[in-house]
Amino acid sequence: MASEAEQTAHSSRTVQLVSFTVGNEEYGVDIMAVREIRAWSETTPLPNTPEVVRGVINMRGAIVPIFDLRARFGMPRTEPTKYNVVIIVSISARIVGILVDAVSDIITINEDEIRPMPSMEQVSGLGFMEGLITVGERMVGLIGLERMFSDRMLEAADSTGKPMLAGPSDAGGAAA
Amino acid sequence: MDDLAQFKQTFFAECEELLGDLEGHLMALQSGEGDNGTLNAVFRAIHSIKGGAGAFGFDRLVAFAHIFETVLDLMRDGRLEPTPDSVLIVLHCADILSDLVKAAQTGAELPPDHESEGRKSLIEMAASIGVDADPRAADAALAALDAQLAGGSLDEEPAAPAAAAEPEAEPEPEAAPAAPAKAPLLKYLVKFEPRDALYQRANEPLILIRELRELGGFIARADADAVPAIDQIQPEGAYIKWEFDIETDRGESAIRDVFEFVLDDCLLEITCLNPPAAAAAAAPKAEAPKAEAPKAEAPKPAAAAAPAKAEAPKAEAAPKAGAAKAETGGAAGGGAAAGGDAKQVRSIRVDLDRVDKLVNMVGELVITHAMIAQQTEHLHADQHPELANGLAELSHHIRDLQESVMAMRAQPVKSVFARLPRLVRELAMMTNKKIRLDMSGENTEIDKTVIEQLGDPLTHMIRNSCDHGIESPEDRTAAGKSPEGVIHVSADQRGGRIVIEITDDGRGINRDKVMKKAIEKKLVAPDAVLSNEEIDNLIFLPGFSTADTVSNISGRGVGMDVVRQNIQSLGGRVHIQSRPGQGSSFILTLPLTLAVLDGMVLKVGVQSYILPLANIVESLRPEPDQINIVANQGELLRIRGEYVPLVYLHRIFKVPMGIDDPTKALVIIVELEDGGKMGLVVDEIVGQQQVVIKSLEENFDPIRGVGAATILGNGRVSLILDVAGIKHIAEHEPRGARPRLAAPAA
Repeated sequence: MASEAEQTAHSSRTVQLVSFTVGNEEYGVDIMAVREIRAWSETTPLPNTPEVVRGVINMRGAIVPIFDLRARFGMPRTEPTKYNVVIIVSISARIVGILVDAVSDIITINEDEIRPMPSMEQVSGLGFMEGLITVGERMVGLIGLERMFSDRMLEAADSTGKPMLAGPSDAGGAAA
Repeated sequence: MDDLAQFKQTFFAECEELLGDLEGHLMALQSGEGDNGTLNAVFRAIHSIKGGAGAFGFDRLVAFAHIFETVLDLMRDGRLEPTPDSVLIVLHCADILSDLVKAAQTGAELPPDHESEGRKSLIEMAASIGVDADPRAADAALAALDAQLAGGSLDEEPAAPAAAAEPEAEPEPEAAPAAPAKAPLLKYLVKFEPRDALYQRANEPLILIRELRELGGFIARADADAVPAIDQIQPEGAYIKWEFDIETDRGESAIRDVFEFVLDDCLLEITCLNPPAAAAAAAPKAEAPKAEAPKAEAPKPAAAAAPAKAEAPKAEAAPKAGAAKAETGGAAGGGAAAGGDAKQVRSIRVDLDRVDKLVNMVGELVITHAMIAQQTEHLHADQHPELANGLAELSHHIRDLQESVMAMRAQPVKSVFARLPRLVRELAMMTNKKIRLDMSGENTEIDKTVIEQLGDPLTHMIRNSCDHGIESPEDRTAAGKSPEGVIHVSADQRGGRIVIEITDDGRGINRDKVMKKAIEKKLVAPDAVLSNEEIDNLIFLPGFSTADTVSNISGRGVGMDVVRQNIQSLGGRVHIQSRPGQGSSFILTLPLTLAVLDGMVLKVGVQSYILPLANIVESLRPEPDQINIVANQGELLRIRGEYVPLVYLHRIFKVPMGIDDPTKALVIIVELEDGGKMGLVVDEIVGQQQVVIKSLEENFDPIRGVGAATILGNGRVSLILDVAGIKHIAEHEPRGARPRLAAPAA
């Protein structure tokens, strides 16, 4: 543990990111979280879930939810074509897919090259952005998957506005 | 350390099984159905717990188990009569033992005097026939106290207080002269060769050897020839063999007993060097039929060897127990009994994960088969007879395979039922009622997960029956019933479901009171007209409780709705039937397995869903005059004089292109958990299909109205509907769920 902390302190660790595009913007996620990258396939919609939830797919027997990153950014839903890409990532114990426009690159950078997100007045709710990276002339936004999926996404996933991570009492749907 | 934790876990798992069995055997004893085999089984269970507890250093548990087993040994030998009173003490002590096991498992601290009363009762029982069961007897002061206690509270002759000063109790005064009734001392040569497995199971030969030494004259020789050079030694390898010369009066079985837990993991040879012709032959089988002459015939070799002492049974029993420790003396009989109990079910312990993996694989197979079947549907069977036959056969095999795999996960409900007698006993005591528990169908098998989650709801329902159902003995007598109330718990397989019924013969549900309470708590409208059945089922509503005073048994108003939730989450249903004055029945239906479900594939707009077959009552396309509109919003379907609310699935789930006119769509009447009905409007029924249940919650969160998901033959995910959730949406989002009244439907 101690040596790892030391290493982080010196910050000479390299990280690899999978970068992808949504519209004209470029984003990246830690490659260690990425399980696979697959072409868009039709999902089964989940009723009464927000725009950002595209539905679920069958991934070799597992039911995997797909989230629309464009919708997550507050834009209209992606109109997926067969060129759209789903990045399957594992977050904590869960496996989810994120729908993006295209995968562009694998970026290797030093940790100390990650710039913190500047506080932006006009943009709120970007708590899931972990930082910014400059690659050549491009800016790549580093997405913290844990943050993105632990709070806002799930909270937003219930149309009634109640957090979806409600206890079993809610899930049972007992009629009052 | 991890290994140790694992061993502990195994130990506690075994304890749980043993305690479960114990409960059953004790119940048999109490009802008078028990025989010597039952007592033997009880003894063995306690002995096994003690053995394991000793290995892990649960001293408190060991100490209590030791006294307990001593007394049971006396009972098993026929020296102590299992009278109703003494059986009651044994039952109580079994509860205490179970508490101690639990405390050892959880690390919880029990009050220091938790077992002292039970302990005292046991010591008294043993003392009543002059046996000192207290392992601390060497502690003179304590022993003397115990002996006095024993003498004072029983109408037998008091045990001489002086006796307590010695490690063993003296026989009663008048029997004393006849005391020295010794079995012949026999010499044995014991060869003991542990295998590797013995060490791997954390057994320690030293403990065994020490125990052997207690049997009598003892010489041990170790053969260390096989010990390899130090760099080749396996830490858990077995290299040393032993030979022991033992001189004992307790027979071969006592020696064998020492090795009871390692018999499978060693080579054990016991040779008697001077066999006494008659006694040896008689010894192992000398089981006394205690029913006829319990005390006159002692089952020990000692009795066979010294028949002259038969008229003074106590005298003979006592010194024997005095000379030997009661524990090991008893173990002799245990060995013999264990030998006779040979018809054991052969089984292996398999990690549940492995079974679950297999279950999943079979699930995939079911899906793949559905896919192939769908792909070949358009081919004519007569053109491809082999393919058609092959597919049909595959379908058979998959079903068989699936059933076999499910059977691996299935367990008899016995393991849950076993806890109930104790519960009822405690509740009866706490409420001052007389309650008898009858059980049937304990061997009905259900999926392990269901079993695991059945405990709590079952406990709640039993509590409810004891607390609210069964009346006090006085009330019962006044009502012309037997003062003893009866709760019958049964399990039964009906079709693809398991039905568990809990029936009491108590006062039944007081419908006026329930109704009043429900109105008071605003659970129903004051002017609501409910059928008797609907009123009865109000008790399952959250926050409902009719108990006038909140007792610590039930009456906190959480019980019944929690029960319903638990059962629903298992895919089951629960409802109550009640006959005023005659009693109530809780009826629980549960799926056989949680992995597969028979469902109906429905189409709604552009989507298809699966509706569990178990929910469906019937389906129909209504005539226009069957549809009635209430208060300009709700639609009711009149069917055979009954009004059923219509719920449009496409509105609930906001699916585009759903059919809005029920007379052109299809109405599926579904039954709700509370006994109510709902008409689900869908476009069409595609067909019936067996589907594999896949959890949505593994990677997502629960979604109201959706119970789970499955994968259809085309590889697409389809959602399995949860009717209770759909009803909830319909009731809470009226704008989305009910038609905006634009034009009359008719």
